[in-house]
Amino acid sequence: MLGYLLKRLIQMALVLWVVSLVVFLMMSFTGDPVFMIVPIDATDAEIAQARRILGLDQSLPVQYWIFITSLLQGDFGQSYVFRQPAMTLILERMPATIEMVVVAMVLAVVVAIPLGVYAGANPNGRLSRMIMAGSLLGISLPGFWVGMVLIYLFAVHWGIFPSSGRGDTAEVFGLRVSLATWDGWHHIALPAITLSLGTMAILLRMTRAGMMEVARQDYMKFARAKGATRHDVLYKHGLKNALIPVVTIFGLQLGDLIAFATITETIFSWPGMGKLLIDSIYRADRPVIVVYLMLVALIFVVINFLVDIVYTLIDPRITLK
Amino acid sequence: MMATATDNTLLDVRDLRTYFHTFSGTVKAVNGVSFQIGKGEVMGLVGESGGGKSVVGFSILGLIDSPGQIMGGEILLNGEDLAQAGEERLRQIRGREISMVFQDPMTSLNPLHTVGQQMDEVLRLHTDLDADARHRACVEMLESVGISRAAERLSAYPHQFSGGMRQRVVIAIAMLARPRLIIADEPTTALDVTIQSQILKLMRRQIAEKGASMILITHDLAVVSEMADHITVLYCGKVVERGRTRDLIEAPAHPYTRGLIDSIPDPANPHARLKQIPGTVPDIRNLPKGCNFRDRCPRAQARCAEEEPELHPQNAAQWAACHYPLQPGDSA
Amino acid sequence: MTGFFQSEFFHNYSRSASAIIGSALMLTFAVAVIAGPFLVAQNPYDIAALNLMDSYKPPVWLDGGDPQFPLGTDGQGRDVWASILYGARISVFIGLVAMIASCTIGTLLGLIAGFYGGIVDSVIMRIADIQLSFPSILIALFLMSAVGTGVDKVLIALTAVGWVVYARTVRGSTLSEIKKEYVQAAKVAGLPNTAIIRKHVLPNVLTPLIVIATIQVGTFVLIEASLSFLGVGVPITQPSLGLLIKNGFDVLFSGLWWTSVFPGVAIMMLVFGINLFGDFLRDELNPRLK
Repeated sequence: MLGYLLKRLIQMALVLWVVSLVVFLMMSFTGDPVFMIVPIDATDAEIAQARRILGLDQSLPVQYWIFITSLLQGDFGQSYVFRQPAMTLILERMPATIEMVVVAMVLAVVVAIPLGVYAGANPNGRLSRMIMAGSLLGISLPGFWVGMVLIYLFAVHWGIFPSSGRGDTAEVFGLRVSLATWDGWHHIALPAITLSLGTMAILLRMTRAGMMEVARQDYMKFARAKGATRHDVLYKHGLKNALIPVVTIFGLQLGDLIAFATITETIFSWPGMGKLLIDSIYRADRPVIVVYLMLVALIFVVINFLVDIVYTLIDPRITLK
Repeated sequence: MMATATDNTLLDVRDLRTYFHTFSGTVKAVNGVSFQIGKGEVMGLVGESGGGKSVVGFSILGLIDSPGQIMGGEILLNGEDLAQAGEERLRQIRGREISMVFQDPMTSLNPLHTVGQQMDEVLRLHTDLDADARHRACVEMLESVGISRAAERLSAYPHQFSGGMRQRVVIAIAMLARPRLIIADEPTTALDVTIQSQILKLMRRQIAEKGASMILITHDLAVVSEMADHITVLYCGKVVERGRTRDLIEAPAHPYTRGLIDSIPDPANPHARLKQIPGTVPDIRNLPKGCNFRDRCPRAQARCAEEEPELHPQNAAQWAACHYPLQPGDSA
Repeated sequence: MTGFFQSEFFHNYSRSASAIIGSALMLTFAVAVIAGPFLVAQNPYDIAALNLMDSYKPPVWLDGGDPQFPLGTDGQGRDVWASILYGARISVFIGLVAMIASCTIGTLLGLIAGFYGGIVDSVIMRIADIQLSFPSILIALFLMSAVGTGVDKVLIALTAVGWVVYARTVRGSTLSEIKKEYVQAAKVAGLPNTAIIRKHVLPNVLTPLIVIATIQVGTFVLIEASLSFLGVGVPITQPSLGLLIKNGFDVLFSGLWWTSVFPGVAIMMLVFGINLFGDFLRDELNPRLK
């Protein structure tokens, strides 16, 4: 067990190191950030001084070394735009993004799994075909466009939901959480629905595929030969087996949600770290971009790790190696 | 044409037809098969792979899924026609009156449930026993199929057992509710040769102890000659010969049966060339006119290409479907 | 040719609503993309052809609509219908070209990894695995933010993201083929690797590649649309359907919905058509389900 944990930790560190390398290299070759922080009429001397402060006068490997060491100390530098530590900016906005991602994921799972089970158990029924056509539509839609249509219908035209922004927040365990207020839910409804659609469609399709795959297995026929009812066979024997591949992609889907949150937050002006990323890309606010990418990379490797652990809990055939 | 059913008959299958409707044609997997099984008897159902043997077994239990369908015939279990029975009635019968042992123990058991859970399920479905009684019954049954430390093993998962042990578990599950008939579909084919005879002995003992009957489906005549009281030989979905084991093995009437017997290697003659039935099984979607076996039969003549042979009695207890059946003492 | 119409493939195709609808949608788009500019009077990117007096006309079935502009106009008087036809060209072009590039590079890398094994294989697969643990949109977003906008840059970003699935599939196929005895025998007899690829690996891997490639075009269209919407995709001079939607977003809140909704419908129809047909292909070409 300990050996496995160690191995995984080393792997995760390796991945994060490669990401840091890629991020650093790409950022270094794109534009000169010194002009972000000096005024337009700066003299050459002032520019040179700014370069020194930013450490841009050093060679690339040295810059990278500085980068990595300060990163490991949690120092990501200051935002060029806000003149605050980039890490603080991102962390302030993280709860908003997490909220939206969690609500979207719960919504997706609650809708997709039951529908997927039904569609897989009765693959030729009319309702099933409609469900599958709907799910196919779900993965064919541009998410941001759906968000816009929802805004137009529900906010602009009918005025049921707000079109942008996060609702009132209340403090929960020291974090500002909007789910603790009605107004918060009112505001999160449209963004969360928009975000959830893609994942909902994919989870539905995977569940259905899993059920159909499982239906062909010998142990299902054997269970029927024992006299089990069709219902039992489907739900007690089939479902758990069918959900294993769904668990596999659950982690990836969570990652996708965080990624697509950037778009959803932009459309709905949701003050999360995704919107901050997009804004920072526009404003070439390098430190913030770096923080976002490293943080998100960390979240992804941790999610993947947790999914593997969950995997071993569900399937007794899998052991940690 | 068929032996008359007696009071001792448990299962009477009459002219069973199960067809599969596929894009490239209708596969007549079971095309007019009839046989009877008495109480406590073992019948061997023999034929080449793909010849429809398993389909007979699944048809009896009503486990034929589309594109397959039972097209006709009767399956009489103590007078009740299973081919007409509803799903609920069939469900009551499965595992209880008639149970099945599948070929591949690797895939028969659900990998996510413990062995105990899967055994318990049979009892829960078909008996009124309470949890403790069920547990005791499971432990007893596991022990009786030769699994030591049975109580512990109940909480193990299938992948923690070897192939032979898994098949023992499957047999245990099949016998738990005291069925009157067990359909064993190639129960030893997927196992190591050394394990095979153990499993066969186990099965023989179990059915003898419980007074159950068995249909032993196999392509292996050697297995069937040890275990079965009588044998039904299938070729391309039809019965070509039927009779008592001893009679059939010593003096087969149908050339196909003869071919099967001849192809068993003779341990007394280790250097002899293996004999084979020439040719291959015809495409079952496009069966030749006349006798299905004629292209491979050393005795075929003009009549065989024109007229399909019916089952004729050869003597008191042996029937064959052949225009030119072998007589006792004939070589092929 | 008649053989094809009697084949099982065609038989199943003619019975599958999704296959027929899917391929019909794809065909419609193909026609629109090729013949599009010849079907509309106005070239929406010719400034001289525009008239500001025509701006923000609603679709023809609403009050104020103009039959000359069936789906309405945008803020510069551009015909939405014409914009969609021109935009579709760019979207489809990017999707197709990126797919071809990804397929080529990915297949090549997969073959190299499979044949040479060892450290080459490890490195390629490691990179693939690391990439796969991140959402493609994020990688593409990051790349675009670093290299700037432009159709060529979008193509590079999409290829950088899209090669992985081909590499893995082809590598898997290569590995399983070279293990086979008849291939080993052929190698011993002096058969060069290129022949092995041609005769053994490619035929086996062709059908999954076709399915993957078909669906990937749709995926790329969506990713490009998202990137353009965020402003890091195609330039304003070559607006894809995604960029059209972005331009329409600004006026959405004033109730002027048609400039952003219709391009979205177009994307939806294209990708939906691809997915419908791709689904059918996947089921048809899957030997396991037979």
